[in-house]
Amino acid sequence: MLTELRTKEVVISVLVFALLVVVIFNFAFSTRADETELVAPGILWTALTFGGVLGFNRIFAVEKENSRLEGLMLCPVDRAVVYWGKLVGSFTFILAVAVVITPVFLVLFNLPLFLPKLALIIVLAIIGFTAVGTLFSAVAINTRARDIMLPILFLPVAVPVIVAAVKATALVLAGRPWGDMSIWLQIMIAFDIIYLVVATLVFEFVVEE
Amino acid sequence: MKSRHILRDNILFGLGFALMIAALYMVFVYVPTEKETGIVQRIFYFHVPVAWVCFLAFFITFIFSILYLWKRATKWDAIAHASAEVGIIFATLVLITGPIWAKPVWGIWWTWDARLTTSLVLWLIYVAYLLVRSFATEPERGARFGAVVGIVGFIDVPVVFLTVNLWRTQHPTTMIFEGGLATPMLMTLLVCIIAFTVLYVLLTVQSANLKSMETEIKRLKSAQAEQEDIDLWRT
Repeated sequence: MLTELRTKEVVISVLVFALLVVVIFNFAFSTRADETELVAPGILWTALTFGGVLGFNRIFAVEKENSRLEGLMLCPVDRAVVYWGKLVGSFTFILAVAVVITPVFLVLFNLPLFLPKLALIIVLAIIGFTAVGTLFSAVAINTRARDIMLPILFLPVAVPVIVAAVKATALVLAGRPWGDMSIWLQIMIAFDIIYLVVATLVFEFVVEE
Repeated sequence: MKSRHILRDNILFGLGFALMIAALYMVFVYVPTEKETGIVQRIFYFHVPVAWVCFLAFFITFIFSILYLWKRATKWDAIAHASAEVGIIFATLVLITGPIWAKPVWGIWWTWDARLTTSLVLWLIYVAYLLVRSFATEPERGARFGAVVGIVGFIDVPVVFLTVNLWRTQHPTTMIFEGGLATPMLMTLLVCIIAFTVLYVLLTVQSANLKSMETEIKRLKSAQAEQEDIDLWRT
């Protein structure tokens, strides 16, 4: 019960952080109406990426602080199951942030609110983010300077997802049909599959003692 | 065993030295100056081999990372680590020689083109590789984490390239493969590629040996300290 309360606090703080990123970018680019479509996708994905990094830093934090990681590893289950458990948890977490932040963002930039295509892009991108983020979170938690280690590991590997998500979002905001963005969706699906498989395979080498 | 190592290293060194001299001669004396872009085009004979070595080095890191996770022999990890270090140096050289060429030819230092962006992302991934190793709490853990980053990072390379290629591209590509290169130029390029590959092998072997020795010394030191503890306890 206490753990859940903590998670809620973390969700809210990540939300506020992501919102702040949107606000800061608004000042940094002093966006006018005619430029919105050019910069808006970038702003949304910067906010979600940095918010995601902040969230991934917390995935194993509870276990680390209470030395419960060993306990988790003693569970008579395959290590891959632990990975998938953490993956589903952080996916839900980041998705919850995105579900709140995206409508706020769309309102703040006077963009159309109902965008089912954008929802699909967000889900695909967040699967990719969490597949890599959960793995690197387990790496970073066991290093010194772990808060800085995670973004250094995560961001370069996540580049393809960020590029594809920004491009696809720009096409959605421009009101283009599915066909135009299919290549970016394919890239995200490929990335998701590759990293879900690879991370499941190598996760056991990260957490073994 | 040891003398065979020294012999091998000497042969590698001699071969590398001779090839480097030959490469320098060919680049600066033998090969004719390219018509359109002028003298600056000669940097191409360094840029391409260095880029090739950089990808080779990271591929070797990838292979030996898998081997290490599988077999757990320290020597595989030493090779993976050494190769990544040498790869980072070559990746840095790629990122330096590229803009030197681009400024006079394209008129700009940098553009977010597929190859340039991929090289930069690659550089960042392997800097993270070295950082995660040095920030790990124990060397054995660092080796495992490094291996994981070495695998995950290398798989990312084609994905990054594909993505950024769709995004925008400007880099000259077809020159080499469509036979657009005159024979002396191709010859020079080949000699340079071989020379730099030998240099890479030499550096990686040396660095990997050094790392193995370091591990051995650490092991001996801790064994000795343990022995002294026991002796102290006995007296």
